[in-house]
Amino acid sequence: MNFRTFAAFVGPSVFMMLLFIAFPLVSVFKQSFYVTQPIYETVEKETCTPGFLTQTCVTELVSQPKLDEHGEIITQTQYVGLQSYRNVLEPERAWRAISDGNWQVLSTINFWKALRFTLTFTLITLPLVVGCGLGIAVLINNAARSIRGPVIFISLLPFIITPVIGVLSINWLFRGDGIMTALIEWWLNRDIALFAQAWTIEILMMLYRVWHVAPFAAIVFYAGLQTVNQDSLESAVIDGATRWQRMKYIVIPHLMPLIIFVSMIHLMDSYRVFEEIVGFSSQGYVISLQWLTFDYLTPDQAGNRSISRASANSMLTMIGVVILLILPLRRTWRDHKGGH
Amino acid sequence: MSSRALRQPFSLRLTSNIFLALWCLIAAFPIFWIVVMSFKSPVDAFDSNALNVIFGPATLGVGKGLSLLDIILGIAMIWGTITLATKKLPSMIKSYTKPRQEWFGWLIGVLALLVGFLLVFFVVLPAILNVLNPVFGPLGRDVLGLTTEHYKTVWIDRGFSNNFKNSLIVTTGVVTVSLTVGTLAGYGLARSGSTLAFWILIVALVFRALPHSVLVAGYLPVFINSAEWLSPILGENAPTLYGKPFAVIAVLVAINQPFTIWMLRSFFQNIPAELDEAARVDGCSHFQAFRRVIMPVMWPGVITTGLFSFLLAYNDFLVTALLLDAQNQTMVPAIVGMFNRETTTTDQVVAVAAAVSITAPLIFLVLIFQRQIVSGLTAGAVKG
Repeated sequence: MNFRTFAAFVGPSVFMMLLFIAFPLVSVFKQSFYVTQPIYETVEKETCTPGFLTQTCVTELVSQPKLDEHGEIITQTQYVGLQSYRNVLEPERAWRAISDGNWQVLSTINFWKALRFTLTFTLITLPLVVGCGLGIAVLINNAARSIRGPVIFISLLPFIITPVIGVLSINWLFRGDGIMTALIEWWLNRDIALFAQAWTIEILMMLYRVWHVAPFAAIVFYAGLQTVNQDSLESAVIDGATRWQRMKYIVIPHLMPLIIFVSMIHLMDSYRVFEEIVGFSSQGYVISLQWLTFDYLTPDQAGNRSISRASANSMLTMIGVVILLILPLRRTWRDHKGGH
Repeated sequence: MSSRALRQPFSLRLTSNIFLALWCLIAAFPIFWIVVMSFKSPVDAFDSNALNVIFGPATLGVGKGLSLLDIILGIAMIWGTITLATKKLPSMIKSYTKPRQEWFGWLIGVLALLVGFLLVFFVVLPAILNVLNPVFGPLGRDVLGLTTEHYKTVWIDRGFSNNFKNSLIVTTGVVTVSLTVGTLAGYGLARSGSTLAFWILIVALVFRALPHSVLVAGYLPVFINSAEWLSPILGENAPTLYGKPFAVIAVLVAINQPFTIWMLRSFFQNIPAELDEAARVDGCSHFQAFRRVIMPVMWPGVITTGLFSFLLAYNDFLVTALLLDAQNQTMVPAIVGMFNRETTTTDQVVAVAAAVSITAPLIFLVLIFQRQIVSGLTAGAVKG
């Protein structure tokens, strides 16, 4: 295929990605160094209240946004350097908190709080997803052929459901005196409130995520289990290997590429954790990096969006993505080199 | 597991199946539960006793319920429809349509079945049962509390049908555009071993990992001010892109593109290159080869990829919540709005009913396309 035909085939797709992914990235990078604000002017304003005999008049200086001839607020964009990053990171406070060893203070700064949760969430759910996925795959593989279809159908449900709705459905089971909370209360014989502190919410979020992603891992692993070499399994049995040893020395190594694949996808996706925050409406207790950007982008009561802060926060989030991708990209690059 | 050496003892098989049943319970329970809740009066739906939620005494108390007769006839009706759809429908479509136009027959057949079912199930059947229930005595007495009023509230009073329409516009747009653009690119990438193709794929992989909020942070200022910077090109009536469905479609297509081209590329790699080489030898250009030789055999891959594009657009919350205004809002943000705004339990149950309404199509989707979804999940992985 010569270059022109290749370009004609790939062109539209590359164009879309450049326009809607690469260009926004560059513009976010630029925005993070600028702040757009209305221009304020100070005017002398006289307010008079009717009084007996004479009016009482007060003159005061009021700062108000300047309006242009159409009555719209004039804004100006200003280069502020790293100020937005400083607003997001609050380095002095964070540094003081770290040197004092005072984690409580650190977790009052949104960015560090979000970073802490995002990382814990990603790292704790990863082994759970791989483990549960593997377990379910082995179970499905063990089951009779006739029930595999329906079982896979049921397993796909948590994966296919709209994430926000999935979170909400878990939420409704536990909120207030939802039946699961009632069950736990009956079992522990004490009152509990699962939405009153951060750590219980975090556990629920992780449970939801495992419930949501484990089917995906299970199906990928199940497909891998179909191609395990039956002869080597059989010879392992004849050599006296136990079930566990067969799993460890034959099945797991065979599935290793798939395990890496699922882990990669899961790392990318759970680093973007977001729907959980919305569905559990946990912003008072737990927030994530992507939610923080979302929050900066949502208009506040006055209708302003803090675009530059959102941009700074996005750029900081990106650092994590880059770190996450270095290893797999290096591997792909080596494979590519080796392949030619 | 045909070999004797690999045969498992009974106890192990039993344990394995018990755990599998447990997993199925965990997987299906939350979804099953919101379906049950959506049909109950608020008191029942949020009762802490599970049995009360299922049988709904308070719902029964206000006179909304099903008798045994209702349940039996309803199940029989659903069963009949399923048998009709799976046994009769295919043969009927075969006999009535010309060989090349089967899809058209399917469209008509499924639509007719759907409309017929809804009509009989919700209009004719209740009318008949109203007459029959008093006649049958104890069989006709209500035993299971069930009410559809929350669905009526959601779809009629709250204007959820408008959100549904918006979702439909966005998803249709995303699926069509992203498949058209993605199929071409996927084919090009699969057939070209150049370094450029490799780099495009790598960059696409990086793009796939980007948090979507990062991109939205880039769009928002541009979209809100678009009337200003588009006016030199489009003149007076330059549109504000913010809040417009077509802008969201473009954004979602782009976000989806990295995934689409990776997936379609792996499907195209499965189609032997000899096929289009043969067409080229016969004098086709690359595009003709693509259109005449590849297109007829690529549909399984395209359908699978289309399913995943559909899911992305249908399930999206972040992009649609930030880039669409209230008037063009899609279903997911609308439900979140309902859930967050309302405080009374009635409103909560209405939100549950909305949540079930948005989930039902997805369940049908899995039911029909289970094989394609599974092959899609494994296609990227097994190929590496």
